[in-house]
Amino acid sequence: MSARRFHHPDTSGVFTFSAETESEIAWWETKYPAERRQSAVIPALWIAQKQNGGWLSEPALRAVADRLGMSYIRVYEVATFYTMFNLEPVGKFHLQVCGTTPCMLRGAEKLKSVCERKIGPKGKPSGGGTFSWVEVECLGACVNAPMVQINDYYYEDLSVETLEQIIEDLAAGLNPAPGPYVKRQASAPEGAATSLTDPSLYDGSRAAPLTSIPGAPTSDGGKGA
Amino acid sequence: MLLDKDRIFTNLYGREDWRLEAARRRGAWNSTRELMQFGPEWICDQIKASGLRGRGGAGFPTGLKWTFMPKTVGARPHYLVVNADESEPGTCKDRDIMRHDPHLLIEGCLIASFAMRAHACYIYLRGEYIYERETLEAAIREAYAAGLVGKNACGSGWDFDIYCHHGAGAYICGEETALLESLEGKKGQPRLKPPFPANAGLYGCPTTVNNVESIAVAPTILRRGASWFAGFGRPNNTGTKVFCISGHVERPCNVEEEMSIPLRTLIEEHCGGVVGGWGNLKAVIPGGSSVPLIPREICDTVLMDFDALRDVKSGLGTAAVIVMDKSTDIVKAIARIGYFYKHESCGQCTPCREGTGWMWRVLERMARGESETSEIDMLLDVASQVEGHTICALGDAAAWPVQGLIRHFRHEIEERIVNYRTGRPHVPGASLAAE
Repeated sequence: MSARRFHHPDTSGVFTFSAETESEIAWWETKYPAERRQSAVIPALWIAQKQNGGWLSEPALRAVADRLGMSYIRVYEVATFYTMFNLEPVGKFHLQVCGTTPCMLRGAEKLKSVCERKIGPKGKPSGGGTFSWVEVECLGACVNAPMVQINDYYYEDLSVETLEQIIEDLAAGLNPAPGPYVKRQASAPEGAATSLTDPSLYDGSRAAPLTSIPGAPTSDGGKGA
Repeated sequence: MLLDKDRIFTNLYGREDWRLEAARRRGAWNSTRELMQFGPEWICDQIKASGLRGRGGAGFPTGLKWTFMPKTVGARPHYLVVNADESEPGTCKDRDIMRHDPHLLIEGCLIASFAMRAHACYIYLRGEYIYERETLEAAIREAYAAGLVGKNACGSGWDFDIYCHHGAGAYICGEETALLESLEGKKGQPRLKPPFPANAGLYGCPTTVNNVESIAVAPTILRRGASWFAGFGRPNNTGTKVFCISGHVERPCNVEEEMSIPLRTLIEEHCGGVVGGWGNLKAVIPGGSSVPLIPREICDTVLMDFDALRDVKSGLGTAAVIVMDKSTDIVKAIARIGYFYKHESCGQCTPCREGTGWMWRVLERMARGESETSEIDMLLDVASQVEGHTICALGDAAAWPVQGLIRHFRHEIEERIVNYRTGRPHVPGASLAAE
């Protein structure tokens, strides 16, 4: 299991939800039965983390607990269990390098070296808080390996050169686009398509109402073909 | 080989728009009300007849699972929970369904919920899938606005609400009871079964948890007929399936193919073959990191389905094919999977919490050759003590890759140990004796 602690006890500070955060949490609460507000704790922590610059301080955890009528320990448990909750400050651009086997096979270790060289040691914000990076477990984009999540989005099919360029672009205030960094669309194979080339799939013929339902019960009560 | 006309996920790659209008043109939401008119039993019968087995890894018959729900709704409401916590290393198929064909999933949720008499459905996405969640939320809004879900969904008379929920980075939440705990706002630690979720699931109410792909194929199965779906693949392994091929292939990709396709055909037709040719293949993990690897000799002929892979002591799992060529340090690759399970163990059961870390540390030493030959059997022994001795299957999933490695590549571990030791004194005092 991943052992996670509060590394940054900031017990004196105060955390108050912004109006926007508050309305987002209220929206999440409507998704669950009224007596089950606790269900909203993960989304609420995520929203609080966004407001707090990418990490959760202890006052923020307590604010979420108070907001949802939970005891503090239950919220601490959740925050330390789930690895997307950062318990210490992260950079403005937080890079999560997938290091699990499918990415490792296609060069994740080289991406880690790029991060070490351009950002610094793992887990420590650098450049006045602009960047930080960590290695994470499988992010579920394995056919686009190796890949990195930067803040919210996935940057895929990376190489040493493309990741270096992305980091430089971010540092220069540019906005590099997420998605694959080789010539391909999403998870399709590079080059010529091997499937989904039949134009009749897209010409609307499939939207024609069904003339009969296959396997429909017949009028005499028996089962159809 | 599957023909395009028989593919269910016609926008798998996102070449077309995911929005409602385009999805409808591709056939989503076509005649949904008519599909619901014969009632829940008819739907369950059709899904059973199609032979659909759960696409999340375990391969349990989906139609049968649906019938475990109580036949009448009592004091407790019924729930459908869709498992979109896709985290099994190698697997990225549900992601494509959610970002490129979300309406097939939403329509499937309506049909499956109706078949199980549920008025509410939660889709639990992994937290990292932020773009996918934004897309799905937008698609759900479209479906509400068009009257496809909500009160009197599709004019069927059935009231149906659908909600997106998300996690925050815990592989274990892909286990159905851990997922329910997480959805209730707790740590994702699996529950003991029984009671099974169909009796006491979300909030203690009857609940069925299904994988995204299992749910998203349901409407098309009903529209085209159970026998159409059952016509692909071998008996007991029917249908079409989205395969994810990653690792050392020329062109890694996701692709929908028919079940029981030969592994070699899958790799050579859709991925441009193994890097350096088929002869350069070393081993394949055929169903996500949890299943034991298979060496090249088996890959030559094996079919990609539940039974064929079980017969070679592996499994179809999520159909995530991780290809490793001869340049791969196979011990290191499995050691990295060992680290994954050590990191993701929830810590609840001692054999898993302690065993995953122990196995990982030994594997790391073995990858460097710094171990004793006798430790190979000790590792197997520990793996067998973890397997089957935990509340959920994460312990098994951590043990299987290790067992697969030793079954097929024991010689490689041994060679490495011998090479490491060659010329090195390894008995205390040996250097003195040599002088």
